[in-house]
Amino acid sequence: MFQTVALSGSRGERKLFSDVSVTVKPGTLLAVVGENGSGKTSFLRMLCGLLSPDEGEILWQGNNIRKLKELYSAQLTYVGHLNGIKDELTPVENLKVSACLAGDESSGGVVQKALEAVGLGRSVHRLPTRVLSQGQKRRVTLARLWLSTRPLWLLDEPFASLDAAATNYLTQHIQSHLSRGGMVVVATHQEIDLPPDCIQHLRLTR
Amino acid sequence: MSATGINWFKYSSPQAFYPLAGRMIPWFAAVAVGVIAGGLYVGFFIAPTDVTQGDAYRIIFVHVPAAWMSMFLYVIMAIWAGIGLGLNARLSFMMAQAIAPTGAMFTFLALFTGSMWGKPTWGAWWVWDARLTSELILLFQYIGIMLLRSSIDDLRRADRASAVLALVGVINVPIIYFSVRWWNTLHQGASVTITAAPTMAGTMVTAMLVMMFGFWMYSFAVTLARMRCVIVERERQPSWGKPASIPDVAEAR
Amino acid sequence: MSQPSLSEALRGVVRRDLLLAMRHRSDVAMSVFFVVIVASLFPLGVGPEPAVLRTIASGVLWVTALLACLLSLGRLFTADYLDGVLEQTLLIPQPLAVLVVGKVFSHWVISGLPVVLLSPLLGLQFGLAGDSLWVLTLSLLLGTPTLSMIGAIGAALTLGLRGSGLLVALLVLPLFIPVLIFGAGAVSNSLAGIGSEANLSLLGACFLLSLAFAPWATAVALRIALE
Repeated sequence: MFQTVALSGSRGERKLFSDVSVTVKPGTLLAVVGENGSGKTSFLRMLCGLLSPDEGEILWQGNNIRKLKELYSAQLTYVGHLNGIKDELTPVENLKVSACLAGDESSGGVVQKALEAVGLGRSVHRLPTRVLSQGQKRRVTLARLWLSTRPLWLLDEPFASLDAAATNYLTQHIQSHLSRGGMVVVATHQEIDLPPDCIQHLRLTR
Repeated sequence: MSATGINWFKYSSPQAFYPLAGRMIPWFAAVAVGVIAGGLYVGFFIAPTDVTQGDAYRIIFVHVPAAWMSMFLYVIMAIWAGIGLGLNARLSFMMAQAIAPTGAMFTFLALFTGSMWGKPTWGAWWVWDARLTSELILLFQYIGIMLLRSSIDDLRRADRASAVLALVGVINVPIIYFSVRWWNTLHQGASVTITAAPTMAGTMVTAMLVMMFGFWMYSFAVTLARMRCVIVERERQPSWGKPASIPDVAEAR
Repeated sequence: MSQPSLSEALRGVVRRDLLLAMRHRSDVAMSVFFVVIVASLFPLGVGPEPAVLRTIASGVLWVTALLACLLSLGRLFTADYLDGVLEQTLLIPQPLAVLVVGKVFSHWVISGLPVVLLSPLLGLQFGLAGDSLWVLTLSLLLGTPTLSMIGAIGAALTLGLRGSGLLVALLVLPLFIPVLIFGAGAVSNSLAGIGSEANLSLLGACFLLSLAFAPWATAVALRIALE
């Protein structure tokens, strides 16, 4: 169970949001919406522990994430704006490294299945990521979610640069994650195609 | 906090500190001017002429206190930096920011006066004396901190990065001293020490201590004045919707 | 919930960097060529007299190695910072300082180790012989990882800043000076026939001290840079 208590944050000298209190229960998705520049990315980075809030706390199972540190990082998978993959390595190599560093299963077969699940055919598995399109690179990044066994997913605009098919794969995968009791926080512009009883919306305001 | 004691914590916010600093500056400035003038008078006119070095040695009354100040101020700046990082206190970071230029100035003064001392004593404008070389490296460290701060646009990152650098540098200061002295003794032929002080007569010691005190007062005055500038600068663009918290700035706007 | 063990995480970080280096073999070559070219500049500037060269050898070779380390610091974190890999590294549930050691280690293998291996040849160019060649190599073997670790602090502090190449140099050179003094001192002592054990032990001490503190300072600096 995951909650923020009276969270407020700023970027440089600009106040982004204040007094945000929200609880995310297992099996639910929190959709963070707002215009560009409203602080969605900063909010997500605070949830990751990468950014410190001005005020307020973030609690995981009732404990402050600042105290939990690595115990908390082991619970989350973060897909940010930047892909976090190396252009010089192939998708398979990239995914193997990510999985290994996350403590997940990283054998070749499993990795290739994950890439296929996100819509990348075998023909691109062994090409350097450099030659793939933006959308394909994004899929390689998202493929981590098919290998992750962690309960909390923090996704920053995951549907950007995805076509309809990939959006569908991702949505279905999120749904199965939620049905296993996982939690997802998504910063997004788009509507997510999931049953309304498992989505909460949060609009960030100053 | 006792009922009669001063509650120092109330001054830990920039808004409260600003007027306090404003009241203190004139006092420190006045004392500084008086003491430094007095110290220079004693040093330049009253202290006896040195047997070996003649009157040229008198630069010591500026050189040595300046060198001590440069080191003390670095350590104090590092302490404020550490407090800022530990307690996440804005004022501490601002204090460290305000001290750096004064520390750099004293370092430069020490180098400059050391050079002036070297010319008549050793015939050269610069000698690779252990202490002078260490002062030079200290100057580089000061400049590095100031440059790092000015290269970072985001205020929070600038504060914290220069604080980390100050702390890393303060650990380096004793190491530099040790290694440069080592280096000096390694190269036997070139070992020159212009900072071997002449045997000190009583008045000489007095004059140096007086100058030290004067430099301290100067540092207080200048640092507090700079703090006020830093506070006003940071208030220039307050968080949206919040009025300026310092009356002078609010009026100006 | 899944967590890599410390050695798994460390191995993952090191292996990725070494794998990347294999795809960019020119990186290794660059450090080596830089050192060779710069070291050759000095005889061209100072004159080829063997006695003079032998006198300046320890300083020149050490300063050259130091500059090579300095120039390579840009490659330590910048690429990872730009493509988001650094962010992910910060989220690995193991002490960041240990992962930093891993990164610095692979960086040293790529940029520092080749210089160490090449140093006897450079020493010969400057008229060093016998014992002093070994002392040169050993001093660089102890010194270059130390320089990399200390340099990592500067690289982390200046991540993503304009003009960071020059800024890193200004920040980090005062921190390099003790290592330079002990390293070059070891070689010149050995040339003069005095023992170089003292200098080498001091170099060793610098290495251990930097191993104990620098990764931690670098980790702090990385978190600050990524806020």
